[in-house]
Amino acid sequence: MHAFRVLGAAGIMALGLASGAVADGHGGKVKIGLITTLTGGGAALGVDIRDGFLLGIKQSGNDGIEVVVEDDQRKPDIAVQVADKMIQSEKVDIMTGIVFSNLALAVAPAATAQGKFYISPNAGPAQLAGKGCHENYFNVAWQNDGPHEAAGAHAKKLGFKNAFILAPNYPAGKDALTGFKRTYEGALAGELFTKLGQTDYAAEIAQIRASGADGIFFFLPGGMGISFLKQYAGSGIDLPVVGPAFSFDQTILAAVGDAALGIHNTAQWSPDIDNAANKAFVETFKAEYGRIPSIYASQAFDTANLIVSAAAKADVKDTDAFREALREADFASTRGDFRFGNNQHPIQDFYVREVIKDGDVFTNKIIGIGLEDRQDVYAAECKL
Amino acid sequence: MTTLLLIEQVLNGLQFGVMLFLMAAGLTLIFGVMGLINLAHGSLYMIGAFAAAAVAGWTGNFFLALVASLIAAAIIGALIELTVIRRLYDRDHLEQVLATFALILIFSEATRWVFGSFPLFLNIPDVLNGTVTLPGGIQYSLYRLTIILIGLAVAAGLFLLISKTRVGMRIRAGENDREMIAALGVDISVLYTMVFALGAALAGLSGALVGAIQSVEVGMGEPVLILAFVVIVIGGIGSIKGALAGAILVGLTDTLGRTMLPVIFGTFMEPSAATTVGSALASMLIYILMAGVLLYKPTGLFGST
Repeated sequence: MHAFRVLGAAGIMALGLASGAVADGHGGKVKIGLITTLTGGGAALGVDIRDGFLLGIKQSGNDGIEVVVEDDQRKPDIAVQVADKMIQSEKVDIMTGIVFSNLALAVAPAATAQGKFYISPNAGPAQLAGKGCHENYFNVAWQNDGPHEAAGAHAKKLGFKNAFILAPNYPAGKDALTGFKRTYEGALAGELFTKLGQTDYAAEIAQIRASGADGIFFFLPGGMGISFLKQYAGSGIDLPVVGPAFSFDQTILAAVGDAALGIHNTAQWSPDIDNAANKAFVETFKAEYGRIPSIYASQAFDTANLIVSAAAKADVKDTDAFREALREADFASTRGDFRFGNNQHPIQDFYVREVIKDGDVFTNKIIGIGLEDRQDVYAAECKL
Repeated sequence: MTTLLLIEQVLNGLQFGVMLFLMAAGLTLIFGVMGLINLAHGSLYMIGAFAAAAVAGWTGNFFLALVASLIAAAIIGALIELTVIRRLYDRDHLEQVLATFALILIFSEATRWVFGSFPLFLNIPDVLNGTVTLPGGIQYSLYRLTIILIGLAVAAGLFLLISKTRVGMRIRAGENDREMIAALGVDISVLYTMVFALGAALAGLSGALVGAIQSVEVGMGEPVLILAFVVIVIGGIGSIKGALAGAILVGLTDTLGRTMLPVIFGTFMEPSAATTVGSALASMLIYILMAGVLLYKPTGLFGST
């Protein structure tokens, strides 16, 4: 009897091991870990990334793709914890989803060092595009400077001679002003770094009034932009304003109201880009969630479709083949043409959009091209 | 920097300070009378802003929205006092912090559940839109001027309430000796609920007033809460007078620091370096101020004992 028990136990153990091996092998399946900001400030962006991504996966009809969604609370330490959990106990193959650059900088290098792919749907810090580029790190959105460079080019085209520029005092804010100055090339009436998360801009607006500027460029994402625009509209100053799309996005336009009307902003995407993939995306997103998709949703949707296209060509376990399949970027992007540069960041057009009121909904429409076929300047430093 | 710009910045600092006072007044009253550290005060600020945005959305009337923010925050304040806060008075400060922090999370997620993740729209009414020209030719936002006036009126009202009325007498007595006032037959639990609801209503009003020129979103209360704590520590915990002085001081220091420091550094540094160093130092300035005040007056400017 005793011998039988031992045998039985060994048999069960062997079975357990075998099934474990099967589960680990995935059999051509892909497991994706999506970490994004779903609570606290900035949650609106994370919610759109999640919704856009899940919509892309759902429409692919590929049952072999499994997505695990977790919240990072916009805190780098939480993001790292969640990432470790996803890699070690969930055994994901690909990670994506992070909104904010400082969180991406904490998670992406750790994920790629452990042999996982990280495919960024939003944050594009300079550090990961230049010397710190990695063969398993892809960015589907942009390198951070991109939209600001387009804004600089547009400001130059509008004839700004003496611009006042401001951004929050953190890495992406510094990238923004650097990017703007790279293409604007004119004189500056003033340059300000505001506190990250600042909500009152009375002091800055008074300085703008006193500076004799002939135009304003600002990068204040999320709630900061809402505050600035409302206060600027009430200040009685009437200077032309340009900025990247982050303060004029679908997630916040309703909260800004008339104050944003007519402002020119730059982005690689707009809901009215005229191609079949984008039209279908905007329609299905509206039908599924009852709102117009934001730029973040479009980027996440593209990310999902990129992964789907690569999964159809290669097994994710064959890292080299899967990487090649990702590099080909063989999917119908909502932006139209889409290709990766040597550092696996997109080379793409940036559009100039104008905020309009369509019925009683505020949205954007394209009025021109800011920069064509733009590749980020850091690509030259990348050895890939 | 011209004199006109300087005066405008002083007004901006005053407006910022007055808004902080509305937050800090409730916080300091609650701490002074009940000895409670209420981290959820920022949530009441958020509730005020959301209530105002919702009512303004339905009715289109900003003044109804302001009233709604007062009522909603007062009711929610009274409710949490009756259900949760009441059990914390005899507890350790650490437990109070833990419980009220939990309230922050609950309120944030509940607000998201009701209103969604996207910021709401709340704008200043047309009557208060635009600018006025002050003596000397300063163009100043009419709405900000109104905030200053409302804040000063509330401050005056609070002084009268506390120094001239029976309720105020009880509040002062409660601050001095909680057990004794209960022993004298004052229904202390009703007094506590009233004080808490009053503090909540002020936070709600402040949220609604500020929500009209800022972003009405989940989590908007926490940054203000931190500043409000700085204010009451500088002013002396428990003192309304201290809250007013602290709030104005913090408002002016922050606003003037933000504008003057880069200019001052610009006189002997490269412009871009001056901007970076100046704005970095400006964001620390109020904490340096707090440390300086505590060094000379450990109980704050108007703190007792």
